[in-house]
Amino acid sequence: MNILVCIKQVPDMESRFKIAASGTWFEESDLAWRINEYDEFAVEQAVQLKEQLGDSDLTVLTIGPARVKEALKKSLAMGCDRALHVVDDAAHEKDPFQIASTIAAFAKEKSFDVIFTGMQSQDRGSGQVGVLVGELLNIPALTTAVEFACEDGAVTVRRELEGGLKAVVKAQTPALVTCQLGLNTPRYPTLPNIMKAKKKELLEVPVNDLLNEESRLTALSLTYPEKKGSALILEGEISDLVDKVIGILKEKTAVLAK
Amino acid sequence: MKALLVGEYREGKLLESTYELIGFAKQLNAEFDLFMVGSKDQLPQVDAKLYLADVTTVGEYNPSLHKQLILEAADKAGADTIVFLHSSSGWDLAPRVALALNAAQVSEVVEVTADGYLLPACNAKLRRTVKSATAKTVVTLQGGAFMAADPGGAPQVEELSSSADGNTEFGGYEQAEAGEVDLGKAEIIVSAGRGVGKPENVEMIQALAKALGGEYGASRPVVDAGWVPHDRQVGTTGQVVSPKLYVACGISGAIQHLAGMKKSEFILAINTDKDAPINEVADVLVVADIKQFAPALTAKLEG
Ligand SMILES: Cc1cc2nc3c(=O)[nH]c(=O)nc-3n(C[C@H](O)[C@H](O)[C@H](O)COP(=O)(O)OP(=O)(O)OC[C@H]3O[C@@H](n4cnc5c(N)ncnc54)[C@H](O)[C@@H]3O)c2cc1C
Repeated sequence: MNILVCIKQVPDMESRFKIAASGTWFEESDLAWRINEYDEFAVEQAVQLKEQLGDSDLTVLTIGPARVKEALKKSLAMGCDRALHVVDDAAHEKDPFQIASTIAAFAKEKSFDVIFTGMQSQDRGSGQVGVLVGELLNIPALTTAVEFACEDGAVTVRRELEGGLKAVVKAQTPALVTCQLGLNTPRYPTLPNIMKAKKKELLEVPVNDLLNEESRLTALSLTYPEKKGSALILEGEISDLVDKVIGILKEKTAVLAK
Repeated sequence: MKALLVGEYREGKLLESTYELIGFAKQLNAEFDLFMVGSKDQLPQVDAKLYLADVTTVGEYNPSLHKQLILEAADKAGADTIVFLHSSSGWDLAPRVALALNAAQVSEVVEVTADGYLLPACNAKLRRTVKSATAKTVVTLQGGAFMAADPGGAPQVEELSSSADGNTEFGGYEQAEAGEVDLGKAEIIVSAGRGVGKPENVEMIQALAKALGGEYGASRPVVDAGWVPHDRQVGTTGQVVSPKLYVACGISGAIQHLAGMKKSEFILAINTDKDAPINEVADVLVVADIKQFAPALTAKLEG
Protein backbone atom coordinates (compact mmCIF):
# COMPACT_ATOMS: atom_id res chain seq x y z
CA MET A 1 0.00 0.00 0.00
CA ASN A 2 1.07 3.53 -0.72
CA ILE A 3 0.39 5.89 2.17
CA LEU A 4 0.71 9.67 2.48
CA VAL A 5 0.51 11.77 5.61
CA CYS A 6 0.34 15.56 5.39
CA ILE A 7 1.55 17.62 8.31
CA LYS A 8 2.04 21.24 9.30
CA GLN A 9 4.48 22.85 11.64
CA VAL A 10 2.88 25.34 14.04
CA PRO A 11 4.10 27.54 16.87
CA ASP A 12 3.72 26.35 20.44
CA MET A 13 0.36 27.75 21.53
CA GLU A 14 1.73 28.77 24.92
CA SER A 15 3.95 31.33 23.16
CA ARG A 16 3.51 35.05 23.45
CA PHE A 17 2.52 36.16 19.99
CA LYS A 18 3.67 39.47 18.54
CA ILE A 19 1.91 40.84 15.47
CA ALA A 20 4.36 41.18 12.57
CA ALA A 21 4.95 44.47 10.75
CA SER A 22 2.82 43.24 7.86
CA GLY A 23 -0.14 43.38 10.24
CA THR A 24 -1.54 40.14 8.84
CA TRP A 25 0.62 37.52 10.58
CA PHE A 26 2.69 37.06 13.70
CA GLU A 27 6.38 37.59 14.22
CA GLU A 28 8.04 34.23 13.64
CA SER A 29 11.29 34.84 15.48
CA ASP A 30 11.42 33.78 19.14
CA LEU A 31 8.76 31.10 18.69
CA ALA A 32 9.16 27.42 19.44
CA TRP A 33 7.81 25.25 16.60
CA ARG A 34 6.31 21.80 16.70
CA ILE A 35 4.18 19.41 14.69
CA ASN A 36 0.53 20.44 14.71
CA GLU A 37 -1.04 18.35 17.47
CA TYR A 38 -3.72 16.86 15.20
CA ASP A 39 -1.05 15.85 12.69
CA GLU A 40 0.89 13.86 15.29
CA PHE A 41 -2.12 11.57 15.49
CA ALA A 42 -2.13 11.39 11.68
CA VAL A 43 1.55 10.41 11.55
CA GLU A 44 1.07 7.79 14.26
CA GLN A 45 -1.94 6.29 12.48
CA ALA A 46 -0.06 6.19 9.19
CA VAL A 47 2.87 4.41 10.84
CA GLN A 48 0.52 1.94 12.54
CA LEU A 49 -1.14 1.21 9.20
CA LYS A 50 2.25 0.60 7.60
CA GLU A 51 3.20 -1.72 10.46
CA GLN A 52 -0.10 -3.57 10.12
CA LEU A 53 0.30 -4.07 6.37
CA GLY A 54 4.00 -4.78 6.23
CA ASP A 55 4.65 -4.24 2.55
CA SER A 56 3.93 -0.55 2.11
CA ASP A 57 5.53 2.81 1.60
CA LEU A 58 4.83 5.86 3.74
CA THR A 59 5.54 9.41 2.60
CA VAL A 60 5.27 12.45 4.87
CA LEU A 61 4.74 15.84 3.27
CA THR A 62 4.83 19.37 4.55
CA ILE A 63 4.83 22.86 3.06
CA GLY A 64 6.82 25.73 4.51
CA PRO A 65 10.18 27.43 4.99
CA ALA A 66 13.43 25.70 6.03
CA ARG A 67 12.37 25.27 9.68
CA VAL A 68 9.66 22.72 8.75
CA LYS A 69 12.38 20.13 8.06
CA GLU A 70 12.43 19.50 11.82
CA ALA A 71 8.81 18.32 11.65
CA LEU A 72 9.67 16.01 8.74
CA LYS A 73 12.68 14.60 10.59
CA LYS A 74 10.55 13.83 13.62
CA SER A 75 8.00 12.07 11.39
CA LEU A 76 10.76 10.03 9.76
CA ALA A 77 11.99 9.07 13.22
CA MET A 78 8.44 8.03 14.13
CA GLY A 79 8.47 5.62 11.19
CA CYS A 80 7.70 7.35 7.89
CA ASP A 81 9.83 6.06 5.00
CA ARG A 82 10.43 9.23 3.02
CA ALA A 83 9.73 12.92 3.27
CA LEU A 84 8.81 15.66 0.86
CA HIS A 85 9.48 19.27 1.75
CA VAL A 86 7.51 21.63 -0.46
CA VAL A 87 9.62 24.73 -0.01
CA ASP A 88 7.56 27.86 0.46
CA ASP A 89 8.86 30.78 2.50
CA ALA A 90 5.44 32.43 2.24
CA ALA A 91 3.35 29.41 3.17
CA HIS A 92 1.51 31.43 5.81
CA GLU A 93 0.12 33.65 3.03
CA LYS A 94 -1.48 30.71 1.24
CA ASP A 95 -5.13 29.94 1.83
CA PRO A 96 -6.44 26.42 2.52
CA PHE A 97 -7.43 26.01 -1.13
CA GLN A 98 -3.87 26.73 -2.29
CA ILE A 99 -2.37 24.39 0.31
CA ALA A 100 -4.77 21.63 -0.72
CA SER A 101 -4.10 22.25 -4.42
CA THR A 102 -0.37 21.93 -3.81
CA ILE A 103 -0.80 18.61 -2.00
CA ALA A 104 -3.24 17.30 -4.61
CA ALA A 105 -0.87 18.23 -7.44
CA PHE A 106 1.80 16.09 -5.80
CA ALA A 107 -0.53 13.22 -4.88
CA LYS A 108 -2.29 13.05 -8.24
CA GLU A 109 0.32 10.95 -10.00
CA LYS A 110 1.39 8.92 -6.98
CA SER A 111 -1.79 6.86 -6.51
CA PHE A 112 -1.81 6.82 -2.73
CA ASP A 113 -4.23 4.30 -1.24
CA VAL A 114 -4.72 6.09 2.05
CA ILE A 115 -3.99 9.73 2.84
CA PHE A 116 -4.00 11.07 6.39
CA THR A 117 -4.17 14.68 7.54
CA GLY A 118 -4.98 16.33 10.84
CA MET A 119 -8.56 17.54 11.11
CA GLN A 120 -7.35 21.12 11.52
CA SER A 121 -4.29 23.12 12.43
CA GLN A 122 -3.81 24.72 15.82
CA ASP A 123 -2.86 28.12 14.40
CA ARG A 124 -5.51 28.63 11.70
CA GLY A 125 -8.05 25.97 12.62
CA SER A 126 -9.90 26.19 9.33
CA GLY A 127 -10.36 22.43 9.02
CA GLN A 128 -10.49 22.61 5.23
CA VAL A 129 -7.28 21.20 3.79
CA GLY A 130 -7.93 17.48 4.30
CA VAL A 131 -11.42 17.52 2.82
CA LEU A 132 -10.29 19.69 -0.10
CA VAL A 133 -7.46 17.29 -0.94
CA GLY A 134 -9.96 14.41 -0.99
CA GLU A 135 -12.33 16.36 -3.21
CA LEU A 136 -9.57 17.51 -5.57
CA LEU A 137 -8.42 13.89 -5.97
CA ASN A 138 -12.02 12.75 -6.23
CA ILE A 139 -11.70 10.19 -3.43
CA PRO A 140 -13.86 9.80 -0.30
CA ALA A 141 -12.80 11.98 2.63
CA LEU A 142 -13.76 10.83 6.13
CA THR A 143 -13.31 13.54 8.74
CA THR A 144 -12.78 13.79 12.49
CA ALA A 145 -11.63 10.20 13.05
CA VAL A 146 -11.22 9.00 16.64
CA GLU A 147 -10.87 5.35 15.60
CA PHE A 148 -9.43 3.91 12.40
CA ALA A 149 -9.28 0.47 10.81
CA CYS A 150 -8.23 -0.69 7.35
CA GLU A 151 -9.21 -4.10 6.03
CA ASP A 152 -9.85 -5.66 2.64
CA GLY A 153 -9.32 -2.44 0.72
CA ALA A 154 -11.71 -0.38 2.83
CA VAL A 155 -11.23 2.06 5.69
CA THR A 156 -13.65 2.29 8.59
CA VAL A 157 -13.53 5.18 11.00
CA ARG A 158 -15.48 6.40 13.96
CA ARG A 159 -16.24 10.06 13.38
CA GLU A 160 -16.62 12.13 16.46
CA LEU A 161 -19.77 14.23 16.61
CA GLU A 162 -20.87 16.49 19.46
CA GLY A 163 -21.59 15.46 23.06
CA GLY A 164 -19.86 12.07 23.01
CA LEU A 165 -21.75 10.71 19.99
CA LYS A 166 -19.83 8.87 17.26
CA ALA A 167 -20.77 7.79 13.76
CA VAL A 168 -19.36 4.68 12.11
CA VAL A 169 -18.46 5.36 8.49
CA LYS A 170 -16.72 3.33 5.83
CA ALA A 171 -15.23 3.94 2.39
CA GLN A 172 -13.31 1.97 -0.21
CA THR A 173 -9.70 2.96 -0.75
CA PRO A 174 -8.27 5.16 -2.08
CA ALA A 175 -9.58 7.35 0.70
CA LEU A 176 -8.54 10.27 2.85
CA VAL A 177 -8.95 10.44 6.63
CA THR A 178 -8.67 13.55 8.83
CA CYS A 179 -7.50 12.78 12.36
CA GLN A 180 -8.98 14.10 15.58
CA LEU A 181 -7.27 14.36 18.98
CA GLY A 182 -7.16 11.07 20.87
CA LEU A 183 -7.18 8.84 17.78
CA ASN A 184 -4.17 6.97 19.16
CA THR A 185 -1.12 7.60 21.33
CA PRO A 186 1.61 9.18 19.21
CA ARG A 187 4.95 7.52 19.89
CA TYR A 188 8.13 9.28 20.93
CA PRO A 189 10.95 8.72 18.47
CA THR A 190 13.66 6.56 20.02
CA LEU A 191 17.34 7.43 19.68
CA PRO A 192 18.11 4.54 17.27
CA ASN A 193 15.15 5.59 15.12
CA ILE A 194 16.31 9.20 15.16
CA MET A 195 19.69 7.99 13.88
CA LYS A 196 18.07 5.79 11.23
CA ALA A 197 15.87 8.66 10.10
CA LYS A 198 18.97 10.63 9.13
CA LYS A 199 19.55 8.21 6.27
CA LYS A 200 16.01 8.38 4.92
CA GLU A 201 15.11 10.29 1.78
CA LEU A 202 14.12 13.92 2.29
CA LEU A 203 13.35 15.59 -1.03
CA GLU A 204 12.70 19.24 -1.69
CA VAL A 205 10.47 20.70 -4.33
CA PRO A 206 9.77 24.42 -4.84
CA VAL A 207 6.13 25.28 -4.26
CA ASN A 208 5.82 26.85 -7.70
CA ASP A 209 6.38 23.45 -9.30
CA LEU A 210 3.10 22.30 -7.78
CA LEU A 211 0.93 25.36 -7.22
CA ASN A 212 -0.91 27.19 -9.99
CA GLU A 213 -3.85 28.61 -8.08
CA GLU A 214 -4.61 32.09 -6.81
CA SER A 215 -5.68 32.64 -3.23
CA ARG A 216 -9.42 32.77 -2.66
CA LEU A 217 -9.14 34.60 0.63
CA THR A 218 -7.59 37.98 1.37
CA ALA A 219 -6.04 38.39 4.80
CA LEU A 220 -6.82 41.88 6.09
CA SER A 221 -5.42 41.89 9.58
CA LEU A 222 -4.25 39.97 12.60
CA THR A 223 -5.17 41.47 15.96
CA TYR A 224 -5.32 40.70 19.65
CA PRO A 225 -8.80 39.88 20.88
CA GLU A 226 -10.68 42.75 22.39
CA LYS A 227 -10.34 42.37 26.11
CA LYS A 228 -13.68 40.84 26.96
CA GLY A 229 -12.60 39.28 30.17
CA SER A 230 -12.79 41.05 33.47
CA ALA A 231 -10.77 38.40 35.24
CA LEU A 232 -9.07 39.60 38.36
CA ILE A 233 -5.45 38.59 37.88
CA LEU A 234 -3.60 37.48 41.00
CA GLU A 235 0.16 37.07 41.09
CA GLY A 236 2.64 36.55 43.89
CA GLU A 237 3.61 34.15 46.66
CA ILE A 238 1.64 30.90 46.80
CA SER A 239 0.57 31.34 50.42
CA ASP A 240 -0.73 34.86 49.76
CA LEU A 241 -2.52 33.64 46.66
CA VAL A 242 -4.21 30.88 48.65
CA ASP A 243 -5.41 33.35 51.28
CA LYS A 244 -6.69 35.76 48.67
CA VAL A 245 -8.54 33.03 46.78
CA ILE A 246 -10.20 31.74 49.95
CA GLY A 247 -11.24 35.31 50.79
CA ILE A 248 -12.73 35.79 47.33
CA LEU A 249 -14.56 32.46 47.40
CA LYS A 250 -16.05 33.35 50.79
CA GLU A 251 -17.13 36.75 49.58
CA LYS A 252 -18.31 35.97 46.04
CA THR A 253 -19.65 32.42 46.25
CA ALA A 254 -21.59 30.34 48.73
CA VAL A 255 -19.41 27.27 48.31
CA LEU A 256 -17.35 27.73 51.47
CA ALA A 257 -20.32 28.63 53.65
CA LYS A 258 -20.61 25.19 55.20
CA MET B 1 -26.26 39.06 0.38
CA LYS B 2 -28.52 36.15 -0.42
CA ALA B 3 -27.74 33.36 2.01
CA LEU B 4 -28.51 29.67 1.99
CA LEU B 5 -28.47 28.40 5.57
CA VAL B 6 -27.71 24.71 5.98
CA GLY B 7 -29.69 23.51 8.99
CA GLU B 8 -28.80 20.45 11.04
CA TYR B 9 -30.74 17.34 11.90
CA ARG B 10 -29.54 14.25 13.76
CA GLU B 11 -31.06 11.03 15.05
CA GLY B 12 -34.53 12.10 14.00
CA LYS B 13 -34.36 15.59 15.44
CA LEU B 14 -33.93 19.13 14.23
CA LEU B 15 -30.89 20.56 16.03
CA GLU B 16 -31.37 23.81 17.97
CA SER B 17 -28.17 25.16 16.44
CA THR B 18 -30.17 25.73 13.25
CA TYR B 19 -31.61 28.82 14.94
CA GLU B 20 -28.10 30.26 15.27
CA LEU B 21 -27.86 30.27 11.48
CA ILE B 22 -31.16 32.13 11.28
CA GLY B 23 -29.93 34.50 13.98
CA PHE B 24 -26.82 35.19 11.90
CA ALA B 25 -28.86 36.00 8.77
CA LYS B 26 -31.22 38.24 10.75
CA GLN B 27 -28.34 40.06 12.42
CA LEU B 28 -26.95 40.88 8.97
CA ASN B 29 -30.37 41.71 7.59
CA ALA B 30 -29.62 39.22 4.85
CA GLU B 31 -32.20 37.66 2.62
CA PHE B 32 -32.11 33.90 3.21
CA ASP B 33 -33.47 30.47 2.33
CA LEU B 34 -32.77 27.27 4.25
CA PHE B 35 -31.66 23.82 3.22
CA MET B 36 -31.96 20.73 5.36
CA VAL B 37 -31.70 17.02 5.22
CA GLY B 38 -34.50 16.19 7.60
CA SER B 39 -38.13 15.40 7.96
CA LYS B 40 -41.46 17.15 7.53
CA ASP B 41 -42.22 16.28 11.14
CA GLN B 42 -39.28 18.31 12.41
CA LEU B 43 -39.38 21.58 10.54
CA PRO B 44 -37.60 24.67 11.84
CA GLN B 45 -40.08 27.34 12.89
CA VAL B 46 -39.27 30.24 10.61
CA ASP B 47 -40.99 32.19 7.87
CA ALA B 48 -38.65 31.35 5.02
CA LYS B 49 -38.25 29.12 2.05
CA LEU B 50 -36.90 25.66 3.00
CA TYR B 51 -35.38 23.20 0.55
CA LEU B 52 -35.92 19.86 2.24
CA ALA B 53 -34.34 16.51 1.35
CA ASP B 54 -36.00 13.57 3.04
CA VAL B 55 -33.62 11.89 5.47
CA THR B 56 -35.17 8.48 4.93
CA THR B 57 -34.01 8.48 1.33
CA VAL B 58 -30.76 10.49 1.46
CA GLY B 59 -29.52 9.41 4.91
CA GLU B 60 -28.20 11.43 7.86
CA TYR B 61 -24.60 11.00 6.74
CA ASN B 62 -23.74 10.93 3.08
CA PRO B 63 -21.44 13.85 2.28
CA SER B 64 -21.10 13.40 -1.47
CA LEU B 65 -24.86 13.17 -1.91
CA HIS B 66 -25.63 15.98 0.55
CA LYS B 67 -23.14 18.17 -1.31
CA GLN B 68 -25.10 17.67 -4.54
CA LEU B 69 -28.35 18.56 -2.82
CA ILE B 70 -26.89 21.69 -1.24
CA LEU B 71 -25.53 22.78 -4.62
CA GLU B 72 -28.97 22.31 -6.14
CA ALA B 73 -30.60 24.33 -3.36
CA ALA B 74 -27.94 27.05 -3.63
CA ASP B 75 -28.60 27.31 -7.32
CA LYS B 76 -32.37 27.50 -6.91
CA ALA B 77 -32.03 30.03 -4.13
CA GLY B 78 -29.62 32.17 -6.14
CA ALA B 79 -27.44 32.20 -3.03
CA ASP B 80 -24.07 33.92 -2.97
CA THR B 81 -23.29 32.90 0.61
CA ILE B 82 -23.73 29.35 1.93
CA VAL B 83 -23.74 29.22 5.70
CA PHE B 84 -23.02 26.22 7.96
CA LEU B 85 -22.36 25.81 11.65
CA HIS B 86 -18.71 25.03 12.39
CA SER B 87 -19.76 21.61 13.68
CA SER B 88 -18.89 18.01 12.88
CA SER B 89 -21.41 18.23 10.06
CA GLY B 90 -20.49 21.74 8.90
CA TRP B 91 -16.72 21.35 8.75
CA ASP B 92 -17.21 18.11 6.84
CA LEU B 93 -19.55 19.48 4.18
CA ALA B 94 -18.51 23.11 3.78
CA PRO B 95 -15.18 22.54 1.96
CA ARG B 96 -16.89 20.18 -0.49
CA VAL B 97 -19.50 22.78 -1.35
CA ALA B 98 -16.91 25.57 -1.51
CA LEU B 99 -14.74 23.66 -3.96
CA ALA B 100 -17.68 22.83 -6.21
CA LEU B 101 -18.66 26.53 -6.29
CA ASN B 102 -15.08 27.78 -6.80
CA ALA B 103 -15.77 29.70 -3.64
CA ALA B 104 -13.62 30.79 -0.74
CA GLN B 105 -14.45 29.24 2.60
CA VAL B 106 -14.23 31.25 5.77
CA SER B 107 -14.13 28.92 8.78
CA GLU B 108 -15.35 29.45 12.33
CA VAL B 109 -16.58 33.01 11.97
CA VAL B 110 -17.12 34.78 15.29
CA GLU B 111 -18.15 38.18 13.96
CA VAL B 112 -18.90 39.98 10.72
CA THR B 113 -17.03 43.27 10.51
CA ALA B 114 -17.36 46.21 8.12
CA ASP B 115 -14.69 44.79 5.83
CA GLY B 116 -14.76 41.05 6.33
CA TYR B 117 -15.07 38.12 8.70
CA LEU B 118 -13.42 37.84 12.08
CA LEU B 119 -11.94 34.42 12.94
CA PRO B 120 -10.00 33.02 15.90
CA ALA B 121 -6.34 32.05 15.46
CA CYS B 122 -3.77 30.35 17.66
CA ASN B 123 -6.18 28.90 20.22
CA ALA B 124 -8.11 32.19 20.41
CA LYS B 125 -5.03 34.15 21.43
CA LEU B 126 -5.32 36.13 18.19
CA ARG B 127 -8.02 37.16 15.74
CA ARG B 128 -7.79 37.25 11.96
CA THR B 129 -9.91 39.36 9.66
CA VAL B 130 -10.25 37.93 6.17
CA LYS B 131 -12.25 38.75 3.10
CA SER B 132 -13.49 36.48 0.36
CA ALA B 133 -11.94 37.06 -3.06
CA THR B 134 -14.51 34.96 -4.93
CA ALA B 135 -18.02 35.66 -6.22
CA LYS B 136 -19.56 33.15 -3.83
CA THR B 137 -18.51 32.47 -0.27
CA VAL B 138 -18.97 29.53 2.07
CA VAL B 139 -19.03 30.40 5.75
CA THR B 140 -19.00 28.28 8.90
CA LEU B 141 -20.07 29.93 12.16
CA GLN B 142 -18.52 29.21 15.53
CA GLY B 143 -21.12 27.63 17.80
CA GLY B 144 -22.53 30.21 20.18
CA ALA B 145 -20.99 33.19 18.39
CA PHE B 146 -24.31 34.36 16.96
CA MET B 147 -27.45 34.70 19.03
CA ALA B 148 -30.04 32.10 18.09
CA ALA B 149 -33.23 33.50 16.54
CA ASP B 150 -36.45 32.81 18.41
CA PRO B 151 -38.47 30.04 16.79
CA GLY B 152 -41.58 31.40 15.11
CA GLY B 153 -43.43 30.95 11.85
CA ALA B 154 -43.59 28.12 9.37
CA PRO B 155 -41.35 27.45 6.38
CA GLN B 156 -42.48 27.20 2.82
CA VAL B 157 -41.17 23.76 1.88
CA GLU B 158 -39.82 22.67 -1.48
CA GLU B 159 -38.71 19.06 -1.57
CA LEU B 160 -35.46 18.03 -3.23
CA SER B 161 -34.69 14.43 -3.96
CA SER B 162 -31.83 12.40 -5.23
CA SER B 163 -31.23 8.75 -5.81
CA ALA B 164 -27.51 9.00 -6.48
CA ASP B 165 -25.21 6.80 -4.42
CA GLY B 166 -22.58 8.31 -2.19
CA ASN B 167 -18.95 7.19 -1.95
CA THR B 168 -19.21 6.44 1.77
CA GLU B 169 -21.22 4.01 3.85
CA PHE B 170 -22.89 4.98 7.13
CA GLY B 171 -22.89 2.28 9.82
CA GLY B 172 -24.93 3.97 12.54
CA TYR B 173 -24.26 5.93 15.71
CA GLU B 174 -22.57 4.98 18.95
CA GLN B 175 -23.43 6.80 22.14
CA ALA B 176 -20.72 7.24 24.77
CA GLU B 177 -21.20 4.85 27.66
CA ALA B 178 -22.70 6.37 30.74
CA GLY B 179 -20.06 6.71 33.42
CA GLU B 180 -19.95 6.93 37.18
CA VAL B 181 -20.77 10.62 37.51
CA ASP B 182 -23.16 13.14 36.10
CA LEU B 183 -21.08 16.30 36.15
CA GLY B 184 -24.13 18.24 35.04
CA LYS B 185 -25.48 17.89 38.58
CA ALA B 186 -22.31 18.90 40.42
CA GLU B 187 -22.29 22.28 42.17
CA ILE B 188 -18.52 22.48 42.34
CA ILE B 189 -16.19 21.13 39.68
CA VAL B 190 -12.39 21.20 39.74
CA SER B 191 -10.95 20.28 36.35
CA ALA B 192 -7.49 19.12 35.42
CA GLY B 193 -5.94 20.33 32.18
CA ARG B 194 -2.76 19.39 30.40
CA GLY B 195 -0.95 21.85 32.65
CA VAL B 196 -1.07 19.30 35.49
CA GLY B 197 1.78 17.65 33.61
CA LYS B 198 1.48 13.97 34.46
CA PRO B 199 -1.11 11.39 35.45
CA GLU B 200 -0.04 11.23 39.12
CA ASN B 201 -0.86 14.91 39.47
CA VAL B 202 -4.53 14.29 38.76
CA GLU B 203 -4.62 13.20 42.42
CA MET B 204 -4.01 16.73 43.64
CA ILE B 205 -6.96 17.90 41.54
CA GLN B 206 -9.13 15.15 43.03
CA ALA B 207 -7.95 16.17 46.50
CA LEU B 208 -8.84 19.81 45.86
CA ALA B 209 -12.26 18.81 44.53
CA LYS B 210 -12.82 16.77 47.67
CA ALA B 211 -11.69 19.56 49.96
CA LEU B 212 -14.17 21.88 48.25
CA GLY B 213 -16.90 19.25 48.43
CA GLY B 214 -17.20 18.88 44.66
CA GLU B 215 -16.43 16.61 41.75
CA TYR B 216 -13.37 16.57 39.55
CA GLY B 217 -13.42 16.92 35.80
CA ALA B 218 -10.88 17.32 33.01
CA SER B 219 -10.10 18.86 29.66
CA ARG B 220 -9.86 16.68 26.62
CA PRO B 221 -6.10 15.95 26.39
CA VAL B 222 -6.20 14.61 29.96
CA VAL B 223 -9.07 12.31 28.97
CA ASP B 224 -7.50 11.33 25.65
CA ALA B 225 -4.33 10.36 27.50
CA GLY B 226 -6.41 8.04 29.67
CA TRP B 227 -5.68 9.87 32.95
CA VAL B 228 -9.36 10.58 33.59
CA PRO B 229 -12.43 8.74 32.21
CA HIS B 230 -14.45 10.32 29.40
CA ASP B 231 -17.58 10.93 31.47
CA ARG B 232 -15.59 13.59 33.32
CA GLN B 233 -14.61 15.51 30.19
CA VAL B 234 -15.95 19.04 30.00
CA GLY B 235 -16.57 20.60 26.60
CA THR B 236 -18.38 20.23 23.29
CA THR B 237 -17.44 16.57 22.97
CA GLY B 238 -17.97 15.90 26.67
CA GLN B 239 -20.29 17.40 29.26
CA VAL B 240 -21.77 20.87 29.34
CA VAL B 241 -21.78 22.06 32.93
CA SER B 242 -22.85 25.15 34.86
CA PRO B 243 -21.82 24.65 38.50
CA LYS B 244 -21.70 27.34 41.19
CA LEU B 245 -17.91 27.12 41.12
CA TYR B 246 -15.65 25.88 38.33
CA VAL B 247 -11.92 25.65 38.95
CA ALA B 248 -9.84 25.29 35.79
CA CYS B 249 -6.40 23.93 36.66
CA GLY B 250 -3.82 24.24 33.88
CA ILE B 251 -6.47 24.61 31.17
CA SER B 252 -5.78 27.07 28.36
CA GLY B 253 -9.41 27.80 27.54
CA ALA B 254 -9.87 26.50 23.99
CA ILE B 255 -13.28 27.32 22.55
CA GLN B 256 -14.41 23.69 22.75
CA HIS B 257 -13.63 23.65 26.47
CA LEU B 258 -15.20 27.05 27.12
CA ALA B 259 -18.41 25.93 25.41
CA GLY B 260 -18.72 23.31 28.14
CA MET B 261 -18.20 25.50 31.22
CA LYS B 262 -18.58 29.20 30.49
CA LYS B 263 -22.05 29.32 32.01
CA SER B 264 -20.62 28.41 35.42
CA GLU B 265 -21.54 30.97 38.07
CA PHE B 266 -17.99 31.59 39.28
CA ILE B 267 -14.83 30.58 37.46
CA LEU B 268 -11.43 30.36 39.10
CA ALA B 269 -8.52 29.60 36.79
CA ILE B 270 -4.99 28.66 37.73
CA ASN B 271 -2.50 29.02 34.92
CA THR B 272 1.17 29.89 34.48
CA ASP B 273 0.26 31.87 31.34
CA LYS B 274 -1.49 35.11 32.18
CA ASP B 275 -2.56 35.48 28.53
CA ALA B 276 -4.25 32.08 28.37
CA PRO B 277 -7.68 32.55 26.76
CA ILE B 278 -9.34 31.09 29.87
CA ASN B 279 -9.04 34.66 31.20
CA GLU B 280 -11.87 35.67 28.87
CA VAL B 281 -14.37 33.80 30.99
CA ALA B 282 -12.64 33.54 34.36
CA ASP B 283 -13.63 35.69 37.33
CA VAL B 284 -10.23 35.16 38.91
CA LEU B 285 -7.03 34.05 37.23
CA VAL B 286 -4.28 32.94 39.57
CA VAL B 287 -0.94 33.07 37.82
CA ALA B 288 0.83 30.13 39.45
CA ASP B 289 2.10 26.61 38.99
CA ILE B 290 -0.86 24.35 39.68
CA LYS B 291 1.44 21.77 41.24
CA GLN B 292 2.24 24.25 43.99
CA PHE B 293 -1.06 26.06 44.23
CA ALA B 294 -3.50 23.12 44.34
CA PRO B 295 -1.88 21.30 47.30
CA ALA B 296 -1.48 24.60 49.17
CA LEU B 297 -5.14 25.51 48.70
CA THR B 298 -6.24 22.00 49.66
CA ALA B 299 -4.14 22.09 52.81
CA LYS B 300 -5.55 25.44 53.86
CA LEU B 301 -9.14 24.35 53.21
CA GLU B 302 -8.62 21.20 55.22
CA GLY B 303 -6.60 22.85 57.91
C1 LIG C 1 -13.93 19.12 17.45
C2 LIG C 1 -13.18 19.32 18.72
C3 LIG C 1 -13.79 18.99 19.91
C4 LIG C 1 -13.12 19.20 21.11
N1 LIG C 1 -13.77 18.92 22.28
C5 LIG C 1 -13.18 19.25 23.46
C6 LIG C 1 -13.86 19.07 24.71
O1 LIG C 1 -15.00 18.58 24.77
N2 LIG C 1 -13.21 19.43 25.84
C7 LIG C 1 -11.95 19.97 25.84
O2 LIG C 1 -11.44 20.29 26.92
N3 LIG C 1 -11.28 20.13 24.68
C8 LIG C 1 -11.86 19.77 23.49
N4 LIG C 1 -11.15 19.93 22.33
C9 LIG C 1 -9.72 20.25 22.39
C10 LIG C 1 -9.42 21.72 22.58
O3 LIG C 1 -9.34 22.36 21.32
C11 LIG C 1 -8.07 21.89 23.29
O4 LIG C 1 -7.08 21.20 22.59
C12 LIG C 1 -8.09 21.41 24.73
O5 LIG C 1 -9.22 21.92 25.42
C13 LIG C 1 -6.84 21.83 25.43
O6 LIG C 1 -6.81 21.30 26.73
P1 LIG C 1 -5.94 22.00 27.86
O7 LIG C 1 -6.38 23.40 28.06
O8 LIG C 1 -5.94 21.10 29.04
O9 LIG C 1 -4.47 21.92 27.24
P2 LIG C 1 -3.57 23.06 26.60
O10 LIG C 1 -4.29 23.85 25.61
O11 LIG C 1 -2.29 22.42 26.23
O12 LIG C 1 -3.32 24.05 27.82
C14 LIG C 1 -2.57 23.75 28.94
C15 LIG C 1 -2.55 24.99 29.81
O13 LIG C 1 -1.86 24.71 31.01
C16 LIG C 1 -1.04 25.80 31.35
N5 LIG C 1 0.03 25.25 32.18
C17 LIG C 1 1.12 24.55 31.79
N6 LIG C 1 1.84 24.19 32.85
C18 LIG C 1 1.18 24.65 33.95
C19 LIG C 1 1.43 24.59 35.35
N7 LIG C 1 2.49 23.94 35.85
N8 LIG C 1 0.54 25.20 36.18
C20 LIG C 1 -0.55 25.86 35.70
N9 LIG C 1 -0.80 25.94 34.38
C21 LIG C 1 0.04 25.34 33.52
C22 LIG C 1 -0.58 26.37 30.04
O14 LIG C 1 -0.22 27.73 30.16
C23 LIG C 1 -1.82 26.17 29.17
O15 LIG C 1 -2.66 27.32 29.21
C24 LIG C 1 -11.80 19.71 21.12
C25 LIG C 1 -11.19 20.01 19.90
C26 LIG C 1 -11.86 19.82 18.72
C27 LIG C 1 -11.20 20.17 17.44
